[in-house]
Amino acid sequence: MADRPFWQSMRALALLAAAALGGLLLLMLIIAYFADLTIVDDASRGAVDFENRSISIVIEQEPPQMDSTRATDAVSGMLLGHLMEGLLRYDGEGNLQPGVAESWTVTPEGAVFKLRENARWSDGKPVTAHDFVFSWRKVLEPETASQYSFILYPIKNAEAINLGAMPSEMLAVTAEDDLTLSVAFEQPLAFFDRLVAFTSYYPIREDFYLSRDGRYGADAEDLLFNGAFVMTKWVHGAEITMQKNPYYWNKDSIWLERIEVPFITPDSNTQLNLFKDGKVAMVQLSPDTLKNALQNRWPIRRFAEGTVFFIEFNHRPERLTRNLNLRKALYYATDTAELVYRVIKLPGFLPGASLFPTWIKGEHDFLRREYPVGAHPVNVELAREHLEKARRELGLDEFPPLVLLVGDTPTSLKQAEYFQNTFKRHLGLDIRIDAQIFKQRLEKMTLGQFDLVAAGWAPDFDDPLTYGDLFASWNKNNRGFFRSEALDAQVRIAQGSLDQAMRMRAFGEIQRILLDEVAIIPNYERGRVFVADPRLEGLIRRTIGPDPDYSRARIRER
Amino acid sequence: MWRYTFKRLIQGIVTVWFIATATFFVMHFVPGDPLSDARATSEQIRKNLEARYGLDKPLAEQYYIYLKNIASGDLGISFTQQNREVNDIIREHFPVSAALGVLAVVFAALGGILWGALTALFRNRMPDIVIMFFVVLGVSVPSFVFAALGQLSLVTLNDWLGTSILPVAGWGSVQHLLVPSLVLGLGTMAFLTRLMRSSMLEVTGADYVRTARAKGLNATQIFIRHQLRNAILPVVTVLGPAIATITTGGFVVEIVFAIPGLGRFFVQSVQQLDYTVIMGTTVFYGGFLVFMVIAVDLVYGLIDPRVRVR
Amino acid sequence: MSAAELDFSPAERSTEAARIVRPSLSYWQDAWRRLRQNPRTMTSLVIVIGLLAFTLAGPWIWRVDPANQDLDQLSIPPGAPRSAFIVEPYRAWTRSAPVPGAGLRLAEEASTQRVRLVWDTREDSPAFEVFRDNYPPTATALGIPLGEVLLSDGLAFEDRLALEPTTYYYSIVPVDADNHLLMNARETIKVDVKRVITLEGARQRGLIAEDARMQVGDQVRLALHPLGTDYLGRDMLARLMHGARVSLFIGIVAPLLYVLLGVAYGSIAGFVGGATDQLLMRFADFVVALPFLLFMILFKVLFGIGPGESGIVPMLVALVILGWPATARLVRGQILQIREESYVSAARLMGSPTGYLIARHMIPNTLGVILVTLTFAIPSAIFTEAFLSFIGMGVAPPTPSWGSMSNEGIKTMLVSPHELILPAIFISVTVLAFNLLGDGLRDALDARMRSVE
Repeated sequence: MADRPFWQSMRALALLAAAALGGLLLLMLIIAYFADLTIVDDASRGAVDFENRSISIVIEQEPPQMDSTRATDAVSGMLLGHLMEGLLRYDGEGNLQPGVAESWTVTPEGAVFKLRENARWSDGKPVTAHDFVFSWRKVLEPETASQYSFILYPIKNAEAINLGAMPSEMLAVTAEDDLTLSVAFEQPLAFFDRLVAFTSYYPIREDFYLSRDGRYGADAEDLLFNGAFVMTKWVHGAEITMQKNPYYWNKDSIWLERIEVPFITPDSNTQLNLFKDGKVAMVQLSPDTLKNALQNRWPIRRFAEGTVFFIEFNHRPERLTRNLNLRKALYYATDTAELVYRVIKLPGFLPGASLFPTWIKGEHDFLRREYPVGAHPVNVELAREHLEKARRELGLDEFPPLVLLVGDTPTSLKQAEYFQNTFKRHLGLDIRIDAQIFKQRLEKMTLGQFDLVAAGWAPDFDDPLTYGDLFASWNKNNRGFFRSEALDAQVRIAQGSLDQAMRMRAFGEIQRILLDEVAIIPNYERGRVFVADPRLEGLIRRTIGPDPDYSRARIRER
Repeated sequence: MWRYTFKRLIQGIVTVWFIATATFFVMHFVPGDPLSDARATSEQIRKNLEARYGLDKPLAEQYYIYLKNIASGDLGISFTQQNREVNDIIREHFPVSAALGVLAVVFAALGGILWGALTALFRNRMPDIVIMFFVVLGVSVPSFVFAALGQLSLVTLNDWLGTSILPVAGWGSVQHLLVPSLVLGLGTMAFLTRLMRSSMLEVTGADYVRTARAKGLNATQIFIRHQLRNAILPVVTVLGPAIATITTGGFVVEIVFAIPGLGRFFVQSVQQLDYTVIMGTTVFYGGFLVFMVIAVDLVYGLIDPRVRVR
Repeated sequence: MSAAELDFSPAERSTEAARIVRPSLSYWQDAWRRLRQNPRTMTSLVIVIGLLAFTLAGPWIWRVDPANQDLDQLSIPPGAPRSAFIVEPYRAWTRSAPVPGAGLRLAEEASTQRVRLVWDTREDSPAFEVFRDNYPPTATALGIPLGEVLLSDGLAFEDRLALEPTTYYYSIVPVDADNHLLMNARETIKVDVKRVITLEGARQRGLIAEDARMQVGDQVRLALHPLGTDYLGRDMLARLMHGARVSLFIGIVAPLLYVLLGVAYGSIAGFVGGATDQLLMRFADFVVALPFLLFMILFKVLFGIGPGESGIVPMLVALVILGWPATARLVRGQILQIREESYVSAARLMGSPTGYLIARHMIPNTLGVILVTLTFAIPSAIFTEAFLSFIGMGVAPPTPSWGSMSNEGIKTMLVSPHELILPAIFISVTVLAFNLLGDGLRDALDARMRSVE
């Protein structure tokens, strides 16, 4: 081809490309119109904005819903913690502070809460005792099918209502007047005040709830708030905006005007990129992104989040893991320090030694200091001896493969592979990994289709009982069917006694029984590592209650 | 023509019924329990939940109710978001996926035609080799690698410039659309470039181009009227199916770029075993695909006389 | 002169000499000739053969268990140094005698087993936070916060967290009563960590012979990992080889199965024709209409993966269930077309049995198309496997596959790039090779092209 026509073709192509570009811009405008997009990105949305007292954060998943009677997950709990307030609330140090209740008296038989006069809903109407009565009844009504209804069971008649044996009007919670709420207990109880800070105990106003016609909690306009913030915008899966609640009784303690949640993603790399780009004020680090944060010279922070993870055995009669020596063999072959330091590789994690985490409070000090257990013992020789004993007791020539049931998240798979390799190397045992999505894993746990299962337990309230009754024979979450009459007896003491010293002794006994019987192999207490914008102050991380809590945060002036 | 259209529509409806049935039965034999949760609940609560979602009825009745509801356009209430209807979820998230998909197809088509024409013009010279190298990459690298690299280069670019010109992730403005749709369209773009190149080369040697040149027509005119126009035809034919597959194939990009599209919701609902959302999304996407194909066929019938035979 | 030269009898008549023709080539010989002439196709063919050899023969040569975890060498890049010193097994730290010295210092020599730090009392701070950094600390960044030490617990800290043989900067920062870090009062020391292994560990890993006389302080060489290791210290080369088995198995067997199914289905429909054909093809239309990725995921969930299973079979089954109709349609079209060809009619007139018709005419004439379809189906199956791995629905661990490996690698892309690059290269090269091979085959087998020459 001669040169001239060639360049003419080029020019024609360039012209066409320019025309196409124009068309493209037009098309993008059309798309923007139909997909409800703005033309220009709001540039003011940095991670922190001192002038507008606003911060932006990222959450890992869309909150399934914001109806406090039904919310079960951590993200909903975190957001609700900013938007709602119960009778009491936890402060930054994990101590109980007055919330809607101004004062309260708890006796073994019941409790009386005096509500503050200036507590208001976000439409300006007062928060009254009736709002608590309504929401607590709602939680317990069988139609609500709340997963967390059990947390209200200490209230008289609660369980019967939840099982449909009584109408919800029978709940022993009464509004003496607008500002007085009295509660009667099912049986004497020592820690009711620690329960009422929980999500399921938040108030809901009856007239508003009914006016939403079953959609309460589905969208921003289907909610009424009494907390520090109000939700003004909720684009599902994309964006949430919270603004300071002008009617919040303690609004002077709130500095922030706005909390934006413009990003919803579980991907730790994306989260890190957003932080690097100056778009979010705080980001959680994973083992994969930790080194990256180090390279970027960010101030890294650590926080012992405290959820306990363990391997639970299947104690059903037909299972090999019912054999104590086999369980001991696996117990002594496990090296929790190696698991934490070489496999998980994150600071803040603690090698596990007990079902009870280190942070949980006992009578005067931490429970684990009052009733100490040593570090997890690793002893491969001893493990092999126990395995040999187990083999003889079970009359086996060789052990068949054991099934290890785990979730399908990358973290749990990694740990499962580690355990598989360890048990193979030290004991010559074959482990079959059974990785299942959450609901299928739960079903297999309930049906007992496993030998070992990797499980974890997050605390619901600030008392050792949140862990203590987990392996009681009647607890439905005891999916490994561990049965011990001695343990059941101790759990009854811990539940019913009002004497704290006696209760703590019971927890100490429970801890000992679980270790002696090798009901579980404690793996670790989870930690969290994060980086926050250096100008963000007053960020609260906590083990129990909404976490992270930005409501008391402020921004330092540059 | 009308009879043909009618026939195709009836076929389409039957196909959607087939998809709905397949989805229903697949879902019902999936192991696992959508009603279980981290904290175990009592029998009574379970029964209430089962009644709420109609799971207590016999399978045949459930199937009948399900079909009846689909026919009336009601896809039920989500299991995990217990106060949201599946219709709402689709209504909110499908436009997101669609916007992404449409732009990706347009990027792919424009890029494919432009690069394809360029490579043909510069046949076996430097630009051709460079572009074809990228085409080879585009065809052979998995999309999630592209998505991650795309995001990484955005961060690096913003960091280097000291200001964020394009958002790294998220949704809400036109800027959020650009890079994700480019990444989404990359594979198709590479494919179309190859197609365009070979079709351009074929056309360049064709008799009518030679005739046009012999007539003394100006090179620009030959290029636009004869070469480009004829070479584009095969590219246009594959665009129809591409729109549908790209729109439903946006999972990866939606996950990496934190975009609230329907694909991401589908993956989530599978992990949560959210029966109604899974079935609703599948039926909706299936229906969307079926009617897209029909629409594309009908449009071809209008444009290309050779297809209009039936 | 010999008699033969004087032989004037007529030369033997040769018909051969008069014919100026090229050697008669069968369809397949011709196709092979074309294929050989195309250098790109030949290269890709060589690559494909190489990949198969890597997969099948590789594990015989590189006999390393892909599941074996070398926790002393986590995520190391290819060619990392691997000498280590022998040390005593780990024992919990009993701090009996105070270590002399002042300020922050090491209590014992630092090794990858543990780093033990001690420092001195400061009356005003009830606690200290301990940091570790890979770079010299700045005013704000001290690195990883390892933990908090209370004054009452004694002023010492033991670090065992993922220690690497490198230089660390340890800092201690006093914490005041209000939980504020007193950054100005921090102390930092530089610590060189040497790589160590216990005698027992070295024996277990076969680094030294059982009876070898080794003692603490001796040097050994850790296991060789030519392409580095992954996040659990598993050998990348072995994993790539075994991953190739999964990826190529799914990539080749699934298309093979569904193409075969499609051929059977399509030829039955095409051959029988009539109402059966209509019915069969309607059904194929339905299956085509199922949204591929969505149903791929649904089927994966439906079949489930039992304990210890790799999940390859469910993926295979799902691919086959969803993949066959395209081939079926294609083959049916071809059969219908060939059935009307004059040479088939001629053969039929001459009384050829149906079996002969199928074997002599139908199969050879559709085989080219089928082969091309198969080659192009392989890359898409490999991509599907990788995609499923990305959304967490791929093969179950510990079975490696290229898709799951690159999905793992993508998370640590910046820190240890080899974990992403290696499997990604394998995927790309395979996909590319099969695509080029498909192109070449199409050119070589295309009957239209054959007549043009």
